[in-house]
Amino acid sequence: MSLRLEQVGVVHANGRRALAAVDLAVAGGERVALIGPSGAGKTTLLRVAAAALRPTEGRVALLDADPWRLGAAAMRALRSRIGFVHQAPPIPPRLRVVTAVLAGRLGQWSTARALRSWLLPSDIPGAQAALARMGLGERVFDRCDQLSGGQLQRVAVARTLYQAPALLLADEPVSSLDATTADAVLRELVDYSSAAGATFVASLHAVDLALRWFPRIVGVRDGVVMFDLPAAQVTPERLAALYAGEAVGEPEPAFGAPPRATLPFASA
Amino acid sequence: MSAALRLPPQRRDPLARRRVAWSVTALVLLWPLGRLAQFHPATLFDPANAHVMGSFLRGFLPPALAPEFLQLLLAATLQTLAIATAGMALAFALAVPLAFWATRSLSVSAIGPAGGRWRGRVLRQAVRSVMVLLRSIPEIVWALMFVRALDLGAAAGVLALAVTYGGMLAKVYAEILESADARPARALLQAGSGRVAALCFGLLPLAAQELVSYTVYRWECAIRAAVVMGFVGAGGLGQLMDQSFKMLSGGEVSSIALVFLALVMLADAISLALRKVLA
Repeated sequence: MSLRLEQVGVVHANGRRALAAVDLAVAGGERVALIGPSGAGKTTLLRVAAAALRPTEGRVALLDADPWRLGAAAMRALRSRIGFVHQAPPIPPRLRVVTAVLAGRLGQWSTARALRSWLLPSDIPGAQAALARMGLGERVFDRCDQLSGGQLQRVAVARTLYQAPALLLADEPVSSLDATTADAVLRELVDYSSAAGATFVASLHAVDLALRWFPRIVGVRDGVVMFDLPAAQVTPERLAALYAGEAVGEPEPAFGAPPRATLPFASA
Repeated sequence: MSAALRLPPQRRDPLARRRVAWSVTALVLLWPLGRLAQFHPATLFDPANAHVMGSFLRGFLPPALAPEFLQLLLAATLQTLAIATAGMALAFALAVPLAFWATRSLSVSAIGPAGGRWRGRVLRQAVRSVMVLLRSIPEIVWALMFVRALDLGAAAGVLALAVTYGGMLAKVYAEILESADARPARALLQAGSGRVAALCFGLLPLAAQELVSYTVYRWECAIRAAVVMGFVGAGGLGQLMDQSFKMLSGGEVSSIALVFLALVMLADAISLALRKVLA
């Protein structure tokens, strides 16, 4: 099993419950899409699966390890095998594209190698290959703030491909892309997962994309798994029940720009 | 504001009450502080005082330009620059590791494993206490101590600057890093990256400009501090100015003041140029 959640529940620090008694087992190499209305708990579920959030209840096994019993070094090693495509690309705008992609392997590199690569990119062909899959092979040496929002998201996907994870998680990876590009990006992610035998779990608000690219669909609502079915058995009635009372197909808003605080300089 | 508080509870901004309270508290605290500091702006415009100030200032003109004095001035300027720069370099070397350990943005324990959380907190608190200790004593006091220990001269000034400014730089570096968007660094840590690598790839690109301009600004402050420490025997322009004051030579004092002006303008130009490079 690549990913196993047993009776997982998450209550956030503010007391809001995000997940309740979630059972989910995903075999190695399997592809699963999470769908459901916004605020259903898909992101929380993915963060638990990424060992980025410790569930308040239940048990988690990731790549055959219990992450929360590992020591710091073993946890780092486990995390370096888990790739995560965030909904908003977590890439500083002043970074060059090549550096942003190479950062995908920081978990596998020694600090010395990381610093060398920070000063002078070490694996330019590797970064270029990952970018080429995203149609950005020409932009290796551009700065990230010269890219559009959609291009930056593809750089983030290229970073995760370069990381070459055994467990690939994606939180609304294509919500900022146009329909054609979204489809092409999902195809690359799916190609990667089948070529590398990597498990691929993604949350998607576009149900048609989920049904097209994922053989197994998990419907989540109010922190509970509503259904867990092969794509062929996901009927319009089930979808209607899942999204009841929601505006279906409306894109979820991405994160706003981060606050940029300026410090008042202390005087002499 | 009061209208906002009179809204029915479910539509009331939950922060409104707190913000009003803070504003009132700030005003209530500031007023007695102003009285305590004997802040009476009116005395500045009292004609008798203006006359005293005027005759004092007239003594400063024209600036002294005698060649032998200029030579002395040049040597003292270079020494002040050297004290400030060497002090800053040592302070920087002290501040970088302190800031790295103190900043919350690179906390691995924030995303788990949760067992390390209290340990990280204790370490951060310890580092913060060291930083407070370093900067709580003004550099002039450190300079007086080091002058006793090392005898008169520039070395006392360098060490005094290194200690105080090390604490200040570390505090502000840590805070600049915390005010930058933490998500890029956190995403890297979440993918198994080490803290140093997460700092370089995730945090520095966001904070570099601010870090550099603060560092150059602090260098400018270090120049001024080096001058002040000169008055207690730590060499440089301060010592020269002290002598000129004691000899009641206003022209020399104003020449030295013009050098200060030039140095601050230089620091400003360097800061601007570096910010442009890093933009």
